[in-house]
This record gives sequence, C-alpha cells and structure tokens, in this order.
Amino acid sequence: MATLATTSGLTSLRSQRLAAMRSGELGSVHSWELVTAVDGPGTRLTVFLAGCPLRCLYCHNPDMLEMRDGRPTAAGQVLARVRRYLPVFRATGGGLTLSGGEVLMQPAFAARLLRGATAMGVHTALDTSGFLGANLTDRMLADTDLVLLDVKSGDPDTYRRVTGADLAPTLAFGRRLAPAGAEGGHAPEVWVRFVLVPGLTDDVGNVEKVADYVAGLDELRPGTVTRVEVLPFHQMGRYKWAALGRRYERGATRPPSPELTERVRDQFRAHGLTTY
Amino acid sequence: MTTVHEAPAAPVPGAEPNGSAWAGLVGGPWQDQVDVRDFVQRNYTPYEGDASFLAGPTARTSHVWDTVSALFPEERAKGVYDIDARTPAGITAHAPGYIDRDAELVVGLQTDAPLRRAIMPNGGWRLVEPALATYGYEVDESLRTIFTTYRKTHNEGVFDAYPPDVRAARRSHVITGLPDAYGRGRIIGDYRRVALYGVDALIEAKRADKLSLDTLPFSEKVVREREEHAEQIRALGELKEMAASYGYDISGPAATAREAVQWLYFAYLGAVKEQNGAAMSLGRTSTFLDVYFQRDLAAGRITEEQAQELVDDLVIKLRIVRFLRTPEYDTLFSGDPTWVTETVGGMGEDGRTLVTRTSFRYLQTLYNLGPAPEPNLTVLWSPDLPRGFKEFCARVSIDTSALQYESDRLIRSAWGDDAAIACCVSPMALGKQMQFFGARVNLAKTLLYAINGGRDEVSGEQVAPAFPAVPVGRPLEYDDVRRRLDTTMDWLAATYVEALNVIHYMHDKYAYERLEMALHDRDVLRTMACGIAGLAVTADSLSAIRYARVTPVFDERGVAVDYEVEGSFPAYGNDGDRADAIAVELVESFMDKIRRQNTYRDAVPTQSVLTITSNVVYGKATGNTPDGRRAGEPFSPGANPMNGRDTHGMLASALSVAKLPYRQAQDGISLTSTVVPSGLGRTRDEQVTNLTGLLDATVGADGYHMNVNVLNRQTLEDAMEHPEKYPQLTIRVSGYAVNFVRLTREQQLDVLSRTFHGSM
Repeated sequence: MATLATTSGLTSLRSQRLAAMRSGELGSVHSWELVTAVDGPGTRLTVFLAGCPLRCLYCHNPDMLEMRDGRPTAAGQVLARVRRYLPVFRATGGGLTLSGGEVLMQPAFAARLLRGATAMGVHTALDTSGFLGANLTDRMLADTDLVLLDVKSGDPDTYRRVTGADLAPTLAFGRRLAPAGAEGGHAPEVWVRFVLVPGLTDDVGNVEKVADYVAGLDELRPGTVTRVEVLPFHQMGRYKWAALGRRYERGATRPPSPELTERVRDQFRAHGLTTY
Repeated sequence: MTTVHEAPAAPVPGAEPNGSAWAGLVGGPWQDQVDVRDFVQRNYTPYEGDASFLAGPTARTSHVWDTVSALFPEERAKGVYDIDARTPAGITAHAPGYIDRDAELVVGLQTDAPLRRAIMPNGGWRLVEPALATYGYEVDESLRTIFTTYRKTHNEGVFDAYPPDVRAARRSHVITGLPDAYGRGRIIGDYRRVALYGVDALIEAKRADKLSLDTLPFSEKVVREREEHAEQIRALGELKEMAASYGYDISGPAATAREAVQWLYFAYLGAVKEQNGAAMSLGRTSTFLDVYFQRDLAAGRITEEQAQELVDDLVIKLRIVRFLRTPEYDTLFSGDPTWVTETVGGMGEDGRTLVTRTSFRYLQTLYNLGPAPEPNLTVLWSPDLPRGFKEFCARVSIDTSALQYESDRLIRSAWGDDAAIACCVSPMALGKQMQFFGARVNLAKTLLYAINGGRDEVSGEQVAPAFPAVPVGRPLEYDDVRRRLDTTMDWLAATYVEALNVIHYMHDKYAYERLEMALHDRDVLRTMACGIAGLAVTADSLSAIRYARVTPVFDERGVAVDYEVEGSFPAYGNDGDRADAIAVELVESFMDKIRRQNTYRDAVPTQSVLTITSNVVYGKATGNTPDGRRAGEPFSPGANPMNGRDTHGMLASALSVAKLPYRQAQDGISLTSTVVPSGLGRTRDEQVTNLTGLLDATVGADGYHMNVNVLNRQTLEDAMEHPEKYPQLTIRVSGYAVNFVRLTREQQLDVLSRTFHGSM
C-alpha cells in the first residue's frame, strides 16, 4: 500500500510539474550569471535556459543542449532574483537577458520572465538563434527591449551544415522584428551576432549574405540593428564536449586570425553597420 | 580636544609674525584650536568638472623621475639598492639627501641618498642583523653591543611577556603575522597640521596638553601620557631641526602651495625616517592642499603646470619610501610594500563633494610618472560623486589598475568625513584615532583544530585546549562541528587578544611613534584591530559539512588529515544565501568573542577581513580542508570567495562579500576583483561607464572595498612566461571563466588577441 501511494504521489508530482512547465510557472534553467558588457548593455542577469533545437558544430555550451541539462526552476524564483538586482540594473543601465540553450524552447516560461521583468521596469534582452521565432508571441515581443539575434550563416546550405537545421525561420524572425516599430508599435533593438569559424562560415560570399540580410533589416526600419558583433570562434568550450563524452567535430579548427576577423568586420562595416 | 595655547610665545593664527600665511583664508574655529577639518570645510572648493584641465609632466618632472627610476633595476636585482648599516634611524639621524638638488621642488629623503635604507633597531635588533646578513652588509660591532647589551627592543619586550599559549599558537601559525617582530604601523599622523599651523604652534599646544596632565593625580596612565607628551614635543623639535638641515624653517605656517606641500612632506618624512611600520600611510591630503593651490592659482602665483609639478614631485618622494625588512617579512607581504595610502574623494557631511582639482592631480601622477603601486591611491566612492571624477577614476583604473575603492558612506557614517585609510582598508578619523594593528588569525586552521580536539593537523601538537576529536568512521555533523568550532574560537579570541595586548604594550614602551602621535589630539580613540584570514575556505568547509557528506580521514597519529566529500555544496561568493550566511555568521561570531576580551589602553575591538598577500603563507601552513582544498594551497585573499568557486560573475561575488556586515568588521573587508578590458565593454567609453556602474552597484549594496584589477596585455604576456606568479589569474571568455595559466599556449595567444585586439 505504502509503495503504491508513493508511486501515485510521484506520478501526480510529475504531472503537476509538466502542467507547471506548460503554463510557464516552471522552466528548466541551466544557470545564471551577472555579466557586464557581454549580453546587452550594462550589467545583466543572464539566465541560461536548457534545451536547444540546433546542434551547432562549434557549440560552446554543449552542456545545455537538452532540457534535462537544467534544473526545474519557478519563474517566481528567477523574478525574485531580478528584483534583488534592481539597484544593480539601475546603477549600470543593465537588465535581464534570457539566453541558453535556446530560450524559445520554453516560450511560456520565457513569456512570464519577460512580463515580470518588464512590469518591474527592467530592460529585457533575448539571446536567440531565431530558429523558433514562431514561438515568440506579439505579447512577448512587446516585453522585449533587445534581441541578440544569432545569424550563423547567410547561406541555407552552410546554415544546415553548421546547425543541422533550416535558415529560413531565422531570417523570417529577424524581418518580423523590424516592421513592428515602423508601424509605431514597440519594437526591440537588435544586435546581430555572427560566429566566425574558419573553414565553415568565413567564406566571403557567406558573410556577404549575412551582411546583406542585416542591412536589409535596417532598411525595413532604420535604427533596428544598432550593432553587429563578429565573434571569433574559440576552442574554450572543447573541454565541455570531452566532459560530456560527446563527439566534437571542430577539434582541428583554429581560431580565426586577427586579419580574417577584421576582413569580416569590414564586410559588415561596408554596409554601414556598427561592427565590433 | 587639543587647544592651541594662547600664550604670546605661540605664533597664534592670524597674529604676527605669521599673519600673512593665512591671508585670504576664511577664518573660524580652526584658528583658535587644532582643527584641520574645520579649515578644510571653510576653505575648499569642490570641483564638479572633468579631467580636461590637467597638465602633463614637465621636462623637469620627467628628469627627476627618470633619475631616480634609473636606480630601480639594480634595486630589483639586489633586493635593496643600498643600506646605511651604521646609523640607527631617527628624525635627525641622517644628513640631507637629494635626487637632483637643483631640479627638485620638494626635498627630503629618508637617509642621505635615494633608496638607501636605514636600520631601525628600536623595533628589534633581531630584525636588523638577519636583514644585513641577507644583503651582505657588515654588522657594526658597537651597534650590536648597544642594542643587545644596553638597549632593550620592542621585540625582546614582547617575548619577555608572551604566555606559553600565545607562543604555541604563534608557532603553529594559527595566529600569525603578528607585529611582534616588525613595526606595527597603521598610525597616520595628521601631517597637514604642520603645514597649517607650523611646528611651533603645535609644540605650544602639546605643552598645554602636558600641563593639563601634570595636575592629574598619579596613575600609570597619567605618567605614561606625560612621558609620551614629552617625547612628542621632543620629536616636533627634531622635525624642525631636520627641515632646517634642508634649509627650511617650518616653525610657522606654510604661506604658499609649495611650502604647504613641503611642510606636509617634511612631517611625513620625519615619521618614515624613524618608524618602519607595516603601513606608513599619508592620510587625506589632496583636498587640504587644494586650498593652497587654489589660493596661489587665483593670485597668479602659479600655473596649473606648476601645481601639477608640485604634486608630481611629492608623489615621486612617496614612491621611494623604503624600509629594511627581513625575508620572512617579505614572504608575508610580497612586493616591498610600504602602504603610503592616500585617501581621495568622498562626500562631506554637508552633502558637498570633497573632490577638488587636486584630487584629480593626485590621480594624474599615474599618467605623468606611469603606474605604480605606491602611493596607494584610495578613492572613497559614493554614487553621489561628481560624474567627471567618477569617470576619471574608472579611466585611471582601466589604464593602470592602480586604484582601490572604499565605501564613502560606510566610512563617513562610522568615522566622519575627515577619515582616511591606513594600509588597505583600515579607516580612522585623522588626528583623533589610531589603531593597534593586530594582523590576523587563521580561521581555517581553527576549524581543523575544532575537528581534531585542539591538535594541529600538521605537527600533531596539542595547541588549543584538549577535547575529544570527532568520531572516527562517520561523516561530520554540522551542528557538532559548529559547536566545536565555537569553543575553539573562544580560546582563539582570548589567546589572540592576549598576544596583541602584550605587543602593543611593548610597542608603546620601546618603539613609540612619537612624531606620528605628536600629530594627534591628546585624547585619542584607539582600536584593537583584530583580523581573520581564511573566511571563504572556512565558510565553504562548513557548507560542505552541512550540505554534502564529509567524512574525515585519520592518520596513524589519530589526526584527521583529509576529508572525503560526497555530493555538492553551495560555495560562498555566488550571491546565494545558504553559503553566504555561514560566512556572515562566522564574522559576527568571532567579533562577538573579540569584544568580550580586555584590551590594552581600553582599545575598542574591531576586526578586518583582509590578508593582502599573506593568504599564500596561511594556506601553506594549513592542512587539507573539508571543502576539498588541498594542504598548502593558498586561501583566497581577504574576503574573496575561493578562486574558481564563484561561478556567477564578478558582481555576484562582490554582492556576496557585501553581505558581511561592516559594523562587525569595522577595520575593513577586502575584495579584489579582476577584469579584462573587454569584460567591461567594447569601447573605452563603454568600459568607463560600465566600471562606474559596477562600483555604484557594489557600494550601493553596502560593499565596503574593491581592488579593481583591469588586466592589460603585458600582464597576460607575463603570465604566459611566468605562470607560477599568476596561479589565480582568471579571465572570462564568452561568458565563462578560465584559469589563464592552465590554458595551452595557443589558447593563451588566442585570448590575448581576443581580449585586446581592435577594441582598445
């Protein structure tokens, strides 16, 4: 009897948890960090949500690819931390950044966090590949001040090679961000990020396609894209792959030379984009 | 309150013959009694602008600095440049010395030549001889006879009176770094008084104080104070004599900016000629001197360039303060530090900022002369500081890493707005307060004693009173260990304060700081500045015992020498309450125990959470700890979380440290933070804004102190060549931290180009 009761107790706990995940009261959070100058302006509470639909060859956070890599965390718990850091955000001009993994794997949870933070007057940023952009509701968009849009490639084939997935959803997502403001509504600022991997994404034509696309977003609504960050690929995440026992395909890839990085940055700059 | 005696002999303010010295100044109570704060408040001009007015180095400044800098390589190679092994130090012991007599605007050296170190045998002959032997200097036989036969020293006095408990605790390193074998330091004379009043008026005031003591009935206290006042008056006389040897009559007040700088420096120089204190700090002089600069600038007597030259010259002198120390001392506090700490900035009680143009000029020396650790420029930070000053500070930090920051609000609310920092984090009201420096106890070792029934985990000796050790073969229970620790800390506090009482009794008796104390009021607030080391490792160990499963491993002596840790535990430094609360409770509990002890001269007990570089030595002397730290590994410095365990970012770690309550650690709580420029922003402006924001946020959360290291390319390159020097160098790459010296060379090069390329 006792065993049965426990089992059914567990089952009901599990179903409660699933319900809470669905409603967004609960999310799978890998970790959090207070960072400066990396994930948006000022000092930010960056919350890493676990789970990602992409499998990028060079992923430097392979330890948060699965939902189970995180810990079930109540939205209220995250928002309590946001509240604790209100003075920090005020002093540094910072805010909340949702990152991952892929935030939009857990849209209901993300929605609650964005809503809660916005209600406290906190600047919000969403670090996303845009692949699941369809999961972002207009309501969530209204609660987002900055999107850190990771455009991993401008060419569909390269994108598929890098991520194992389609480029189109990302492009569509970016285009959706721009006009919102053009129509007088709330529209987020966009920082585009491009990871430069020698031999994978460094092709002039590929970079040009990304730059064209980004410049195009800015044409839809001038001032949409306020900066482009070219992030040189590094091997610092390598130990994580080894620790996870996962196969890492970029073991032989070297970081781009400073010259290559500058060439790519110049390609973006040539389109009138503020690029770092 | 000290009063300037109004006898006709005393050159009283406003009156002849020095009336002209105070021309143009706003009068007030400061004219009738020694009250530098009142003078500053009535006369200073807050500066709300930016750094654009500053002047660069003149050819003269560069020449003087280059001349003395040329001696540094030899000094670095030999350990000391030169020693005067025959002349025991004193205010008037040495003939005048110069760097370049014709070029110097501010004169005076500790001995008769730059970088020539003096011997100071009053602290202990046992320190002089080994130091001379280390550097290959002959010992003067007659001096040896004097100081071993006829003249007792501080060091001998201390060991005459140490009880066995103290000796055992000292030997086992559970209490360590005590100033029983070196000068205690951390006393700041109010050197400004000499510039404002001249020496004669100060002597008159001290005579009046002494008279007031002469009428009191006998007690040891009264006699001691009479004798101390006689010594103070004698020291002031010698100060005048020393200045006269350089051709200056400092009996009256300084009349110009140049005189004010020179008078003030002579006063400080007198102190460092005679005392080899662990920290010989300067005080809070920039805004005081600014009054003189403003007066001369307004009258067209000097230009901005000349004002800067005077500050540059003063700072050159402060940079070449040297003491002869033993190799043991150097391992404790590496880098030949003197802690010529100068406190800059802050807000006044009336809400006006205490930032002046001269505050900027002091920081500007880091550009004009290049970065240097001394003088130890310390900014009292407040979110209310003028923006121009904040931004300049941030810029200087990013360029030089040479500034440290302390909370203006915490210090002002405890000690007023004329307080300064001695050493690193110890605040005191200038001229009204001094401290009995107490080094620190090793809290982590204390925890191991608690587990081992009072036995030392390294030697196996019974150091603390015996009680049964923890049971064998069972995991440690938190409540049991915490109770044991409490009992052991009771013993520790009593033994520790006993040691400090003996030390300071003897220091007053045999190595009294007569000039520094001559520049204090008669009635001084004394604090007994205790300290703890190993806070983070102890907190983490307790957290491990509480939240994971920790089983002690005993050796054949029956001493627990290692710990098996199963499961994970929260670490202090992640802005999480479980572990942070343990650290807070440790600080509160030890302070409570310290407060229960009797103290010498009724000193008010305080404590610091500070190690400077001694965290390495303490770690070396401490066995394996229950948090998984291996025997011999360094503790984290000060109140810092253990390196690598604070995984939620620099600010999260600062916010954990900020939870330690200042009222239970009034001698200061030290935090060292390291960032690379790119961790602050893409552009220089962004970096300045973000660092300013981080400081506002830390101080706003009641953080007490922050050393900001902004690593430059040279540091990282040096770390590649000499990894042993940088075991804790951590850098952040794409959102997480790596230990720099453990990266492959290729990765290090990558980090270098990533960190500094383009954005600077």
